Amino acid sequence: MVIDSTRMKSLADRLAVDEVKGRSLWADARKRFLKNKAAVGGLIVLLLVLVFAAFGGTIAQYSNEELDFSIMGQIAEKGGPSLANGHYFGTDDLGRDLFARTVQGTQISLAVGIVGSAIAVLVGTFYGAFAGYVGGRTDNIMMRTVDILMSIPYMFVLILLLVVFGRSIIMLFVGIGLISWLDMSRIVRGQTLSLKHKEFIEAAEATGVSRLIIIRRHIVPNLLGVVAVYATLLVPLMILTESFISFLGLGVQEPLTSWGALISEGSGTLNYGTYWQLAFPLFFFVITLFAFFFVGDGLRDALDPKDR
Amino acid sequence: MLAFIAKRLAIAVPTLLLLVVFSFLLMHAAPGGPFTSERGLPPAVLANLNAKYGLDQPMWRQMTTYVWGIVSHFDFGPSFIYKDRTVNEIIAQGFPVTLTYGSISFVVAVLTGVGLGVSAAIWHNSWLDYLAVGISIGAQVLPNFVMAPILVLVFTLWLGWLPGGGWEGGQWQYVIMPVVALSTSFMASIARITRSSMLEVMNSNHIRTAKAKGLPMRKVILRHALKPAMLPVVSYLGPAFVTMITGSVVVDMYFSTGGIGKAFVDSALNRDYAVMMGVTILVGTLTVLFNLLVDVLYAWIDPKIRY
Amino acid sequence: MPLLEVRDLGVSFATNDGTVNAVNGVKLRLEKGETLGIVGESGSGKSQLAFAIMGLLAPNGTARGSVKFDGQEILNAPPAVINPIRANRVAMVFQDPMTSLNPYMRVADQMAEVLVHHKGLSKRAAVSECVRMLDAVKIPDAKGRISLYPHEFSGGMRQRVMIAMSLLCRPDLLIADEPTTALDVTVQAQIMQLLAELQREFGMATILITHDLGVIAGFCERVIVLYGGRVMEEAPVHPLFAEPSHPYTRGLLRAIPRVDHEGAVLDSIPGSPPNMTRDQKGCPFAPRCEFAGDDCVEALAPLAEFAPGRFRACNRSLEEIA
Repeated sequence: MVIDSTRMKSLADRLAVDEVKGRSLWADARKRFLKNKAAVGGLIVLLLVLVFAAFGGTIAQYSNEELDFSIMGQIAEKGGPSLANGHYFGTDDLGRDLFARTVQGTQISLAVGIVGSAIAVLVGTFYGAFAGYVGGRTDNIMMRTVDILMSIPYMFVLILLLVVFGRSIIMLFVGIGLISWLDMSRIVRGQTLSLKHKEFIEAAEATGVSRLIIIRRHIVPNLLGVVAVYATLLVPLMILTESFISFLGLGVQEPLTSWGALISEGSGTLNYGTYWQLAFPLFFFVITLFAFFFVGDGLRDALDPKDR
Repeated sequence: MLAFIAKRLAIAVPTLLLLVVFSFLLMHAAPGGPFTSERGLPPAVLANLNAKYGLDQPMWRQMTTYVWGIVSHFDFGPSFIYKDRTVNEIIAQGFPVTLTYGSISFVVAVLTGVGLGVSAAIWHNSWLDYLAVGISIGAQVLPNFVMAPILVLVFTLWLGWLPGGGWEGGQWQYVIMPVVALSTSFMASIARITRSSMLEVMNSNHIRTAKAKGLPMRKVILRHALKPAMLPVVSYLGPAFVTMITGSVVVDMYFSTGGIGKAFVDSALNRDYAVMMGVTILVGTLTVLFNLLVDVLYAWIDPKIRY
Repeated sequence: MPLLEVRDLGVSFATNDGTVNAVNGVKLRLEKGETLGIVGESGSGKSQLAFAIMGLLAPNGTARGSVKFDGQEILNAPPAVINPIRANRVAMVFQDPMTSLNPYMRVADQMAEVLVHHKGLSKRAAVSECVRMLDAVKIPDAKGRISLYPHEFSGGMRQRVMIAMSLLCRPDLLIADEPTTALDVTVQAQIMQLLAELQREFGMATILITHDLGVIAGFCERVIVLYGGRVMEEAPVHPLFAEPSHPYTRGLLRAIPRVDHEGAVLDSIPGSPPNMTRDQKGCPFAPRCEFAGDDCVEALAPLAEFAPGRFRACNRSLEEIA
């Protein structure tokens, strides 16, 4: 699981060069993106998953906490997916409605992914652009700090954090936000650095355009492509991180749940033949990750068309 | 080269110190001590316990004692939960297991990933390329915690070919599923990175020169393309190592292999801070050492890097 | 038998935006020891023409027509045919010396491999031959510097290495693709002088590809003017400069800055180079040509000899554009 650095670099190079054609770049990109079936498919799936997370609760017949006593004790026989008793996705091991729980888990997982990515965009862009634009010793210190932070086994520290301060969603957001911006800041810094020395920036400086306008008109629009692609590809990585922690039982706490926690529960009961408990959460997890990857890749290919 | 390594170590040491101090402070920021929480011990017993573990000392004293113990003889102190065991014993029990399946997974992931990626790039747009792309796209949504239950479902519950867990001194039947679960997503990532970097290199000017020399394709690839194409792969090895160690936690949990990941999760659930810190610091040290190795490898491949 | 004979060469690329026809119906002949210049703006297809001859087109490119080297067909030839010719009999010097050498290999290794591969020399013998060749291209302290990496050389020195490498097997034909474009002006002159000296010394036929008419004038016997992937005019160098027979060539010549006409307004050709994805009928220069009529958009007259050794492809007669 990783964001491909070669292609990110290729994208960055291209977006740094193409200032001249800047106006048509995004229009061209949209055209190419819409031609890309996988990317458009991914976008549709994402919208559907969002609708599921937002409105799934209204069609659920049970809440995510309610135990269905008529089924308890006979989960393997009676707890399967059924339209008749209103458990569309069946029930979990305790007789709770899996549909309601999957809706709830989808909300949490998406929220963690999007918030984590948003923190990365805000902190990483600011940090990276600042380091790159100021340069010199400040840049050196700031980037060494990122190096040091990156060589820390963050998952272990994150779990340490969760154990010490208690498991809560806030703590999960904080922990994931702490690590998500590192890569982003590096990418943004590199891009800012290479933009700084481009002729069109120097030309703008030479003709007396103010720094603020240079940043707004020339640097930010050129960062936008890289940041957008990276942020899209970061969401699934954040979801993976959260799911990993929840799989270990160290993430969100009952009665709240997430895809990772549901997958963990479902995989723990495979022995009893209750496959649906793994299948439904896993299905949503997999299609959403795929969708994000396809949209991110499609966005990158649209902005940096190359035969790959 | 030696100066280069020294310079890298100069960054590595503060990194590790930072990690130690940070985790130590975290532990002390935890509300209540390790013994205050649930058991409701009489104050006298509590005082005794605190004295035994040195928790009655001022914090800086505790910290220096702790750090000194690690630096001087790699001693992480006693476990807070298992009264008669030290952190070192707990780690020493699990570490060989983790090391075994971890290194096998690493080698498997790198070899198959690079092989798949290179072949996909060479036979670009062939069925092999599509297969490789398919596998690497598919496997990126199959992290270890998804692979593990699926493998058990198929190979243990349905086919009955492999035991669903245990270690048994590392007999091959017990090693296969942990290795596959751990290495699949890395193999995919490495294949993807290798493929796109290889394609990039094959389109570069110096490869055109090599072709213009009249060299056969095999020589163009082996002598001119492979080395530069490996650079992004090498720089991915560092993060891969970290993620793989992290993934060992899931493997230990799901397959009951008994590596250090198990010790870590147990201690996390029991609030056994000493063991958690011990494992974290050990993993941090390994990571830093491994990154050093990667840097050296990178500098060896790329002559433009001056030490 | 000519050394190189190209007939009806076409090169096209499949891209996301459609098919790009980079080269169309190009023909050329080259005798042993002859120097030919190919001149054209960027995007005129001149580099792709060279790559097609060498079989070095990008994977999405295809070539049609015929390229015969020493009587043997080499266009789209299998590796078994083309590889023994590459570097051994036809060598190429590329535009960008910064990236055309392998940055991960010592100069000694990448040079010596040519001789080891084609001539079966031992590594040691090959390296000492390479040192001699580096001396020939006037790299100071060749013996000491051959074990360096390319990035430890300056741009001009790297191009010298590139030239030395191309001459190792004493090829019959050297194709130099804009060998000086990426270099400083002073270095450009040195490199061109070196190339001219080496050409006289080794006597190989040479194709010099450039957008710089000034470079052509001092180096070539014969010139082909390329526009939009088509040959516009072909002539010995003196008549071409003295009395260009094609509106495009005239435009090119007028666009050369001259120090002796101080204060004169520099002419440029109005319009921009053609979009190569468009339909290939008609004259590619028609939209920018002051003499163009409706017939020029419809069809282009074939390249025809109007005086000994002088060819032009234009619907207007010489009198009409006089």
